Formats: sequence, structure tokens, C-alpha cells
Amino acid sequence: MSAAPGLPALEPIVGRYLSLDFEGRRYRVYFEEAGEGIPLICLHTAGSDGRQYRGVLTDPEVTRRFRVIAFDMPRHGKSSPPQGFEAEEYRLTRDFYTAFVLAFADALSLDRPVVMGCSIGGRLVLNLAAQHADRFRALIGLQSSAHVAPYYDTEWLHHADVHGGEVCAGIVSGLVGPDAPAADRWETLWHYMQGGPGVFKGDLHFYKVDGDLRQRIAAIDTGRCPLFLLTGEYDYSCSPAETEEVAAMVPGALCIIMPGLGHFPMSENPDCFLAHLRPVLDRIAKA
Amino acid sequence: MLEKLADLVNGDEALVRRGRHLTGAFLVEARPRAWLVHVLRGRIEKVEEGPFVMPSWRFALRAEEADWQRFWRPRPAPGDHDLLALVRRGLMKFEGDLQPLMANLLYLKAVLEAPRALAAAAGGAR
Repeated sequence: MSAAPGLPALEPIVGRYLSLDFEGRRYRVYFEEAGEGIPLICLHTAGSDGRQYRGVLTDPEVTRRFRVIAFDMPRHGKSSPPQGFEAEEYRLTRDFYTAFVLAFADALSLDRPVVMGCSIGGRLVLNLAAQHADRFRALIGLQSSAHVAPYYDTEWLHHADVHGGEVCAGIVSGLVGPDAPAADRWETLWHYMQGGPGVFKGDLHFYKVDGDLRQRIAAIDTGRCPLFLLTGEYDYSCSPAETEEVAAMVPGALCIIMPGLGHFPMSENPDCFLAHLRPVLDRIAKA
Repeated sequence: MLEKLADLVNGDEALVRRGRHLTGAFLVEARPRAWLVHVLRGRIEKVEEGPFVMPSWRFALRAEEADWQRFWRPRPAPGDHDLLALVRRGLMKFEGDLQPLMANLLYLKAVLEAPRALAAAAGGAR
């Protein structure tokens, strides 16, 4: 944001709610958007929300050619859980997540949007590439891997003896890269501190159990839809090596490793991330 | 590397406050060395270096000394830079009653990263 220091400044971001019937339930979905042009849907990480994309939404170089739209998945950010949530255990599945993104794009009548997703969103992008390539102009996976085996006990993320917000931030704090400005590092952790009970854990069901795409990614045809994979060097949840494995299995996928960045590039260090993203968006806009 | 832990932590008011609900001892094993870190309401009360005959602790963090030394570099390499990164790589184990560890994870990560400041001041290897 360019504004005179000390003066109030209205950001170009506009937030709205979309009421949506989906698989027999009513959802109230919050999204933020800015810009005009090619629709660019942004998917946040597990346990967080669309505020992660504040740097993309406020970058004039992006918004002069792209209509950037970041929505909060149900139960995240300002998107409420559906009626009856109190009686069920939340577990995100590949099929729900995939269909929900398609339903959101349809509800806003978006014509062949670009989708950019991070972490679980980066995983989902691979499934969109494998199954729905013709619906998208291009796909951008941030911190994309085909599979992550569980490496800690996620029960602690939703436990009566541990504060959920504190532990979720503690779990992900080391996924922020070492060059992140302090304000952006802590804002990224704050989003985790604000997550609803069991939401991060429920998202990880998709990340670590139901979202194993190792058998699917060979079907990705980048001739039908270009695929860009950007991964931060310091991410140990989806490491550069894991993204490179995906890229090696998908001919034509462009893989970029971002030095110094971690698992939340768009949120932990927006300026540094945008330097990597802008050339990718430039290619997409000119295609 | 933990001999100066009390100085590093207790002078950091925000960090002590973050750990104010933690009291008790935990074991840091950097094989073949080990330390017992005694915490009183977020302040480092005492650090004892092993070997121990009958150590009593609530939880333990165990790794090889070489892994900790890489972790304590001023700017560790990717994968060496975080306790859970070491866990994911199979180089570190958390043992014992993990409730106080998980309930104070942000605090404990900051405590155990504090020795990086010593390495930086000494011009430690990057």
C-alpha cells in the first residue's frame, strides 16, 4: 500500500458475503476482492484465511490486470460454519474442497479463472489440474506437494488441555522463513491464533490423509492448462524437494524455488513473494 | 550452549510473560550431553548439565549434539532451523508428558532458539 506515512488510507480491497447452497447445506462465504481483468482466485492455507493474500490484493501491478478474489473456506476467517457444525467433527476432504472451489467460481460467474492456492490450496490446485484443467486459464501452486505423511500428533491442535490458537501458531511458526519482516511473521501467526477449534486439524485431514494425489498427478496435462509451482526454501512441511518431485512428474510445469521464504510466502513476506509472482502473472496475462 | 540460557531468557520480558504458565523441569539431550532446564513461571531458574543419575523431568527433547549445533547457528540451513523440522526429519524426538510442551510451544521454541544469539555474537559459522 502506498500512502503517506501517518495518514489514514482506504485500501482498494472490498469484502462481501456470498450465500451459497452447496451439497444440501447453506453456506455464508466471505470473500475479498480487488482489481479488474482476469479472475484470480486465491486459496489460503490450512487453519488460516484469505487475509494471507493482503499483499497480492493491494499490489497495483497485479490488480491492473487481474481481479484478485480471496475467499475464506467455510469455518475459516469470516465464513461461518454451516448449520449443525456443533454436532460433527470437521474433516476436509479432497472431493468437498474441489467441488466447493468450483461452486464458488460458478456462483460468481467467473470465466476460466486462474486459481492460486497455498499448502492445502497448493495441493488442491494439483487436483484441479488433473481433473478440471479445461475450466481454468492457469493454475499456480504455492508450496505444492502430492502427499505429506503425518509427522506429529494433530490431536494436540484441538485439545482441552492446550489453547488451540497458541498451539496452532506454535506448530507453524517454524514454517515462516528467516527473512520475513517481524510484522508480517506475526500477522501470519495471528491468523492461526484466530482459527476456530478443530479447524486447522480438520484441514490437515485433507493435507495428510485424504488428499494423497501421487496416483493422480501423472494425468496433469499442462498443454490444457499451464501449471506454475512456487515453493519457499525454508518450508519443511512441503519442502522444495517435494515440489520438485511433482514438477518432475508433470511435463511442462514451471517450478520456482524462492530463497529465504517459507510456507506462507504471500503472507510472511509479501514484497519478496510478489517479485516471484509478478513474472508468472505476466506470462499468464500475455498467453 | 545452554549455560547462559537464564541470561538470554530472563532479560526478555515478553518471552518470560509468554511462558508464565510453565513451571517444571525439561530435559534437553544433545547426545552425548544433556541439560535439565528448570523453569519457574516462565523464568529459567536453573540449568544443570549432566550426566544425571536419576533425572526428573516433565518432557524431553532428544537429538544428537551435531543436530543441535546446526540448529543453534545464527541462520540455520532449511530443515535445521526449527524443532518440528528436526522432528519431521527424524532427527529429534519429543518424549514424556507433551501437554506442557504443546501448551507452551511458542515459548519453548523461542527459549531453545535463544542460544543463536550467542553464536551470532561470537561470529558463529553460517
